Amino acid sequence: MAHAYTPGLRVSEMTVLRKERRLPIKGDVIVSKGDRVSSDTVVARTHLPGNVRLVNVASKFGLPPEDLPSVMTKKAGDPIEKEKPIAVTKGFFGFFKGTVNSPCDGTLESISTITGQVILREPPMPIEVDAYVDGEVVEVFENEGVAIEVKGSFIQGIFGVGGERAGEICVAVDGPDQKLEAALLDESMQGKVVIGGSHIDWDGFEKAMKIGVNGIVVGGFDDPDLKKLLGKDLGVAITGSENIATTLILTEGFGAMGMAGGTFSLLKSREGKKASINGATQIRAGVMRPEIVIPMPDAELPAGDGMSSSGGLEIGSSIRVIREPHFGSLGTVTGLPNDLQKMESESMVRVLKVKLADGSETVLPRANVEMIEG
Amino acid sequence: MSENGKIRTIVATDCGSTTTKAILIKLIDGEYRLVVRGEAPTTVEAPFEDVTRGVLNAVREVEELSGHTILDGETFIHPSEGDRGVDLYLSTSSAGGGLQMMVAGVVKSMTAESAERAALGAGAIVMDVLASNDGRLPHEQIERIRHLRPDMILLSGGIDGGTVTHVVELGQVVAAADPKPRLGMGYNLPVIYAGNVNARGEVDDLLKEKTALSMVDNLRPVLERENLGPAREEIHELFMEHVMAQAPGYNKLMGWTDSPIMPTPGAVGSIMETIAERRGIEVVGVDIGGATTDIFSVFQHTFNRTVSANLGMSYSVSNVLAEAGIENVMRWVPFKLPELAVRNRIKNKMIRPTTVPQSLEDLKIEQAIAREALRLAFIQHKSFAVGLKGVQQERTISEAFSQSSSGETLVNMMDLDILVGSGGVLSHAPRRQQAALMMIDAFLPEGITQLAVDSIFMMPQLGVLAAVHEKAATEVFEKDCLIYLGTLVAPVGTSQEGKPCLKIETTLPNGTVVNDDIPFGEMVVYPLGVDESVKAKLTPAKGFNLGEGAGKPLECTLTGGVVGLMVDTRGRPFELPTDEHKRVEKLEKWAKAFDAYPA
Repeated sequence: MAHAYTPGLRVSEMTVLRKERRLPIKGDVIVSKGDRVSSDTVVARTHLPGNVRLVNVASKFGLPPEDLPSVMTKKAGDPIEKEKPIAVTKGFFGFFKGTVNSPCDGTLESISTITGQVILREPPMPIEVDAYVDGEVVEVFENEGVAIEVKGSFIQGIFGVGGERAGEICVAVDGPDQKLEAALLDESMQGKVVIGGSHIDWDGFEKAMKIGVNGIVVGGFDDPDLKKLLGKDLGVAITGSENIATTLILTEGFGAMGMAGGTFSLLKSREGKKASINGATQIRAGVMRPEIVIPMPDAELPAGDGMSSSGGLEIGSSIRVIREPHFGSLGTVTGLPNDLQKMESESMVRVLKVKLADGSETVLPRANVEMIEG
Repeated sequence: MSENGKIRTIVATDCGSTTTKAILIKLIDGEYRLVVRGEAPTTVEAPFEDVTRGVLNAVREVEELSGHTILDGETFIHPSEGDRGVDLYLSTSSAGGGLQMMVAGVVKSMTAESAERAALGAGAIVMDVLASNDGRLPHEQIERIRHLRPDMILLSGGIDGGTVTHVVELGQVVAAADPKPRLGMGYNLPVIYAGNVNARGEVDDLLKEKTALSMVDNLRPVLERENLGPAREEIHELFMEHVMAQAPGYNKLMGWTDSPIMPTPGAVGSIMETIAERRGIEVVGVDIGGATTDIFSVFQHTFNRTVSANLGMSYSVSNVLAEAGIENVMRWVPFKLPELAVRNRIKNKMIRPTTVPQSLEDLKIEQAIAREALRLAFIQHKSFAVGLKGVQQERTISEAFSQSSSGETLVNMMDLDILVGSGGVLSHAPRRQQAALMMIDAFLPEGITQLAVDSIFMMPQLGVLAAVHEKAATEVFEKDCLIYLGTLVAPVGTSQEGKPCLKIETTLPNGTVVNDDIPFGEMVVYPLGVDESVKAKLTPAKGFNLGEGAGKPLECTLTGGVVGLMVDTRGRPFELPTDEHKRVEKLEKWAKAFDAYPA
């Protein structure tokens, strides 16, 4: 049978996921293999070395750098306090003493007789890594972090902004094609992950942030609204570290586009359950897409890995068109010819034949469709 | 067969972030020629995590297409035996994001700029340039180093015998940051010191415990001279030793190649430099990719490379819009679309980077974006390509201090002999005329300039080949790599539409006698094929210059190509009409003159 590979986002009713949670530098892992953890459980912590301050004591006193040790009141390794002296000149007969105070708390790291600089280090900064998902610790990476296994539903979005958050799923629309208008959002959604349909506009998203909604999952969002949200035009799709109150995950793309039926009905069926979401997106080598993880510890696992839409495109496969013309349309594959065909643009490409939802038939570049569920 | 040690069969691969490309070159009738090209997905990431899988797959495709056996199972047959095997196997790589570096120097416009030039020339992406006078406080610089996690740091500063204080201060900043490499926790970050020799002892004390420190000759030993070679070589060596060695499968691949693996852009730069030197010409080359646009130039024997890390046609397409502005992109489009639609369309290309333009309308939008990406990348290149070599003899100390701020660029479009384009949007444009128009609009060549595209983007492989077998590299480059589009004649000057601009007198190979007065504001193409050339007399109108001076005629030989002999009398500096109706009419007229799109 004719068969082709095409990109597709993963949507799974039930699967087992493994999430690695690692510290940026070595530290302490504070959970053990076999522990059950919830999304907010701290699994590892460490201290980042404090920020460094450089103070040119020699130039402040107008001394040659090699004379620096003679004026220092603290030596390398000594603790220092903010606004307390670290160097004092002798002055004339005890008068006209010059003093240099520390700009911070911490320790004195080194004194350089070449540059006249004194290097001060602020106190270490604690960092903690939480579990992000409810699950079980299945592996401990000594001094680095853990792997957590979680059984449940898993949905990838196409693009997101905002970092990791968790909350109860709340479906705010009647169907995948309905827009998530501001009027559909209310105070009861504070702390929740709200599922919309085809689109959310700026008024809606602004209201969601004001209410304190933890996450919004919708089909599409407009680029000018994204610019408003980020305060700048997003140049490169590397997101996740934005300082915004509500994480946004788009399942389909930019513009108004009905959420894929399978994605919507899966989310609808999980209403009231806790979801962990992450808007982080990175579209470069090592693609990272935003995700929704809904732990279901007591559910039965189906055969296989439960993942769908990640492999072959066959006659009968459901697809979504991901480029103009017909952008956003759904259809069914009716043919997979082998030969290259010339498009209107005169590009020679591999194609597929598609019957679109409105009943019309068309030929599209294979690169311009993605497989979807439902 | 390898007779008398002669190289008869060569395979070269380029392991890109997404695709591994392999080419097979053979000695045919005393000349090296490309036989076939194969490709396969790069396999650096899960589930394979071994770059050699992709290399073997690409080479197998070459075997299938050429019928020449190269592998015995998973081993190269080396050297060749009869009709099997290869005599030389080479590779370049940009997989895993290429080589990402930070550079540091004392004065931003002097040693720091020289360090940046050395790193870029070696094929690195420069993530940030630290300098004592970059306006940041030391703790901000330290935070930056920690945050960026480069693959390598190049530290320079001070002329030999000069003051050591500032460069040691920079060393203190690097030491305080205690930098960690991007890939893995298990090794020390390579730091190259290429500054004042008198500060070596202090720098060693500061950094030898915390980093993998190496020392090379000062890259700016005196104010008026750069010495970038040793730093570049050390970067290549450390790239192999530290960065590549961390990437999955590279240790195996390094065992297969006959010469060290080069970073892809370093290899492209090397072939450009070789060609410019051999032919004694001034060259500009561009490679526009999905994520980045690299520009290479050789003017006055000085090679420069810049990489515009976030100007590209897929991953970075949205950044082109952000940097150029939507008006600048849309000015090249001969129809109107609402801003919301264009913005959403470009963002959708960014999040689904592998899609292709199906409609003509979409193709025109994509080529409009390409013009802006190329234009912006070239502006960056011109502002950076301010070499020292061309003026060193006259240069005084005070001139040396002002060299970058006053920044006379080396890029002189009137002197440019050939402009070479490569990368998907140029190499794979449905019609070559489209590639020619994009390059003309973005680079605005002046005078007489030959245009070419890299047919299948094999410059990286030829670059690494040039380092070990220059003859093979240049022969394949000339015969198989470059597709000549033709020669462009573009007088410098401006006037009003319809006023005299250029008189062209020649006889075309088909016998047609040309004696045309071409008014201002036109684009004209004459048939002149590949390997054809004509003698022509070109007389610019008063106020226009073709390199001989305003209004001065020029007699020269013009060579052809797949597009032909192109004449652009739209003026330099070039401006599109501001009137909407007029602009669309002009764009359509120029495209028609080139037969760029289907009717």
